Amino acid sequence: MTTEVSAQGLGIGRDQVLGAARDYGVYVAIVLLILINSVITPHFLSLDNLRVQLFQAVPVLIVALGMALVIGTEGIDLSVGAVIAVAAALIPLYLGYGPWPAIAMALAGGAVSGLVGGSMVAFARVQPIVATLALMIGLRGFAVILNGATAKPVNDPEITGLGLDSWLGLPEMAWLAVLLVVAVAFLVRRTTFGRQLTAIGDNRAASALAGLPVRRVLLTVYVISGVFAAFAGVLLVGHGGYADPANYGLDYELLAITAVVVGGTPLSGGQVRVLGTAAGALFMQLITATLIQHDVKSSYEQMAEAIIIVAAVYAARGRARP
Amino acid sequence: MSEVVDKSSVHRWASGPTATSTETPKERAQTIAQRHGSAAVLMLVVVAACLLSPGFADWSNFQSILVGNAYTSLLALGMTFVIISGGIDLSVGSMFALGGVLAAWGVQHGGTSVAVLLPLACGGALGTVHGLLISKARLAPFIVTLAGLLFARGFLQAMSNEGSTTYLVPPDSAFLAVGRGSWAPILTAVVLFAAGGVLLLRTRFGQALFAIGGNEQAAVLMGLPVARTKTLVYTMSGLLAGGAGMLNAARLQSGVTNIGVGYELTAIAAVIIGGTLLTGGAGSVLGTASGVLLLAVILNLIGVHLSRYGSSASDLVNGAFLALVVLLQTVLSRRRGLP
Repeated sequence: MTTEVSAQGLGIGRDQVLGAARDYGVYVAIVLLILINSVITPHFLSLDNLRVQLFQAVPVLIVALGMALVIGTEGIDLSVGAVIAVAAALIPLYLGYGPWPAIAMALAGGAVSGLVGGSMVAFARVQPIVATLALMIGLRGFAVILNGATAKPVNDPEITGLGLDSWLGLPEMAWLAVLLVVAVAFLVRRTTFGRQLTAIGDNRAASALAGLPVRRVLLTVYVISGVFAAFAGVLLVGHGGYADPANYGLDYELLAITAVVVGGTPLSGGQVRVLGTAAGALFMQLITATLIQHDVKSSYEQMAEAIIIVAAVYAARGRARP
Repeated sequence: MSEVVDKSSVHRWASGPTATSTETPKERAQTIAQRHGSAAVLMLVVVAACLLSPGFADWSNFQSILVGNAYTSLLALGMTFVIISGGIDLSVGSMFALGGVLAAWGVQHGGTSVAVLLPLACGGALGTVHGLLISKARLAPFIVTLAGLLFARGFLQAMSNEGSTTYLVPPDSAFLAVGRGSWAPILTAVVLFAAGGVLLLRTRFGQALFAIGGNEQAAVLMGLPVARTKTLVYTMSGLLAGGAGMLNAARLQSGVTNIGVGYELTAIAAVIIGGTLLTGGAGSVLGTASGVLLLAVILNLIGVHLSRYGSSASDLVNGAFLALVVLLQTVLSRRRGLP
């Protein structure tokens, strides 16, 4: 991780430039985007617009936080979008018992999914991409069977409040996201668990030989990812006022992975950049918003996103390879 | 990855097509179970369905299963090569859709030859770009082809006014002959799968592919053309996906824009169920064929018996099935390699 960068000659080495681009690029890009938008986009800096952007970005951000932990262990979680659908299907099912039991059931659904995926990775040593791929395919079908193909309205004031209300001018869900970012950053930087997580991502076999609780850590990481995804599902149901498992959370795995990668976390594991991940989610939302507010067609927006992803991974590559 | 995994991959490769007879009988049984397990399960399911499910054992039903999956099976064929090389290609669903739109556009703007060549050229070109980014720039296949998925989808949306224009193939166009008929699609798939099998087992390219998937560093040290082989694999996958989309457009008489979403998942599932290891270095085209057919037969049975749940039930079954196969596979391959 702390590889010596050999500055060639007098100038700054290529590796250093790429390393800096990876470490701080996303923050610089956000500042640049905001500056550019404040000039070219009318009403961009208004509080209303800021709120709209946060409502869009927060669910992705929360999913991306869990994804960052999984990627830190050299894993990947493709099931998050389907977990969002399961959470959305569980809420109307248990709303009869009150909003909080319904939310608890949704989160429990996410935890169970994480437990299944995590067990396959931790105990059976299935590759994370296949284990969560199976969940991704299966859970979406399960959610639609649970709910039926049509969307159900959810009018509970507690749940819609979670998705729509604001506090001190910013969405409640944005404050919750800030709490989660702080909590995950603390988990990664200041706890034994965080150390174990990155050690396993660096070298699973060596961690096992060193006596680290590899299986327990892996299991926990996938459960966290599942619960975070389910929480994002709760927020989406609250924001939309509908539970629509057939359509909620589609492509969220892609958005979350992109946010993590753009934020500078290497896919090769061993490192988790929590603030970078949050910035990555905001950055992708800002790109989308900029293009939409200037009537760029969504097709061109998709192509731009594709190029940004490749560019971000290319920049990240500079440090990951010695 | 760790040393341990590398060792097991080498072991798997050594027991691949050029097997030296150093295996114990038990190991050989496990290899056979892994390689031909899907074919055995396919036979069991087909026999059971013929006996238990009325209307299944009918020639027209068989034909509809085969024709309905002939073109999408080509995605799994390309995916087999990619996965044996140790990579993955998430872009094939989008490329399939793009191939169809390009073909239908090509008929209107240039005629049959344009309609046939344009999807192949675009699919091959995009695939080559993936391959170069993966083999030369050394980016992760997962991310590169994910970007490719977005790019191809965006490109076809831009071509079709955000999906609002569907290019139709005129009913008198010669292009329709390419994909029509009840035998042509099946024969196309059979010929291409056979060619894929020969390529994999009887050529230097195929041998290099197994070596690279088994242990890339060792393949480099052996002097194999690693970068070229890896690039070609993605070119092939792109060609097959674009071509399959083109053939499908000829069958549907139009370039449907919202087709192909999630096809990459089905293709990957079919390949893995067919016994190809996602870690690379082992796999077979025949296994993929039986994986595709197995998923298709299950889908067909679900359509008959669980139709009130629609495609959700088949998703659920496919997911559960994939999990089961992967678990079995991991157990089988671990006994042979890892301590």
